[in-house]
Amino acid sequence: MSLVLPGEHVPAQHVNLKLGPGLLQQSSPGGESSIIATRAGELNHSANRARWWVESNARRYVPAPQESVIGVVIARSGENWRVDIGAAHMANLDGLAFEGATKRNRPNLKVGSLLYARVSLAHKDMEPELECFDAQTRKAEGFGEVKGGFVVHCSLKMCRQLLDPKHFLLPMLGSRFPFDAATGLNGRVWVNAKEAKHIIAVSRCIEAVDPDGGGMSEAEMKKFLGTLDI
Amino acid sequence: MHKRAPAFCSAARPGASGFCTRCLFRRARMPRPASPSIPEKEFLYSSLKQSLRLDGRNLLEMRAPTLTFGPELGWVECALGKTRVIAQVDAKMVKPPPERPLEGIISIHSELSPMASSEYDSGRPSDEEVTITRMLDKVLRRSDVVDKESLCVLAGQRVWHLRLTIHCLADAGNMLDCACLAGVVALRHFRRPEVEVVGDEVTIHHPSERAPVPLSMHHTPYCLTFAYFPETSILPVLDPSHLEETLSAGLLSIALNAQRELCVVQKAGGVPLAPDEILRIVGIAVDKAKELDKTVEERLKEDWAGRTVEVR
Repeated sequence: MSLVLPGEHVPAQHVNLKLGPGLLQQSSPGGESSIIATRAGELNHSANRARWWVESNARRYVPAPQESVIGVVIARSGENWRVDIGAAHMANLDGLAFEGATKRNRPNLKVGSLLYARVSLAHKDMEPELECFDAQTRKAEGFGEVKGGFVVHCSLKMCRQLLDPKHFLLPMLGSRFPFDAATGLNGRVWVNAKEAKHIIAVSRCIEAVDPDGGGMSEAEMKKFLGTLDI
Repeated sequence: MHKRAPAFCSAARPGASGFCTRCLFRRARMPRPASPSIPEKEFLYSSLKQSLRLDGRNLLEMRAPTLTFGPELGWVECALGKTRVIAQVDAKMVKPPPERPLEGIISIHSELSPMASSEYDSGRPSDEEVTITRMLDKVLRRSDVVDKESLCVLAGQRVWHLRLTIHCLADAGNMLDCACLAGVVALRHFRRPEVEVVGDEVTIHHPSERAPVPLSMHHTPYCLTFAYFPETSILPVLDPSHLEETLSAGLLSIALNAQRELCVVQKAGGVPLAPDEILRIVGIAVDKAKELDKTVEERLKEDWAGRTVEVR
């Protein structure tokens, strides 16, 4: 594991090389290609050196295809909705990209509705596009409008950690009280529980563990949970 | 208007998405970020009704300010939670304007750049920026914090020009209180070089020769902001966070010092308030200002004790 800066060469070589976020393949006129980093952060690779990626922390989301995000409906433009996903540009969501949506029967979204969606297109020269279903099966698979609850904002590293099943926070909270959570990779986590104080507790714990905020460890978190009124 | 070059339109009738509704010319700047979503709004109101705040504070509890002093005198970083502001004072000797030959000059420079939050544009000042700048001017300059006459060195010839620069680094709500606190603490922390006047000759002693002197200050005002919500069953909230600020129906800012002297009451629009209510809030603000004064004095004393001023 080493640190890389944008533009630095990365010694990634494999017959079946797969590049993750923060890396770019550059080909020179001579025909040979080299891998350079586009982000500053820790360079990681899989055990067989086939997959490489750069891990870093940021607050501004850059859309990437197939990532699930939480967005807010900003406006309606014709058939489509414009959704704020915290990126530099608004995302477009096709009005028919929902489970069971037809020309006649469309989901009834309002300005300000909250969505759990997947980025279907992310290109540097185009606005990102979202969808709320699996394009192959046309089933919702959990995507769609979310109602009630609250949205916690955190850093991008924090929300990636929350998706890691081995991370301690969500299981620890789940052992105390039941709650629902949907993690978007754009630094937003939707949380719902029966009581308001439980939602607030989850929100404060995420804030406390966030490397961009409190940065608490598991032991500190246990102590902190003891001080909360839940 | 729309028959001419589209650049002339500059989104005369901006639609919801930032496009002009008549010519589809897009406004040059980024559209303002969305207001909070419906679930966030509903949850905030319902939890405030149960007197619960999202960061676990009581309704009338401030985030504890963190004051960090720099190596130079008059450099202060103030943090209220994740809101961070840097204030810096420097002094220069200038010739006073002829209409006020006996008074020093104080100027305040503040700017809200997109560094603080993506909501702020560079270029045209937003409403928030205008409010903050005007309020800083009222609290730190017009309420006579610094004795301007003591800044006069030689009548009509030489006065001190104090320049207070305020950098807003991060906005997580209640930037105004943080900026006022940073500004006033920077003024308290600053020390100007000692001057000697012999006849018409002014000598400025370098801080290494003679100990610099603190500014003579009349009082130390603190600004406290309360947020009111559209539903009257929700009580006002002190030191609102960013979400509370955007969802509030109006903000009431009170500037006062620990000696119970009221400097500024500002309420720009929002919900109507009864006189009794304002008096009650002022009473609460007095207690908070006293607490704040105590911590500021402590921190200043601590910092001064840790500093060695070389005097040869």
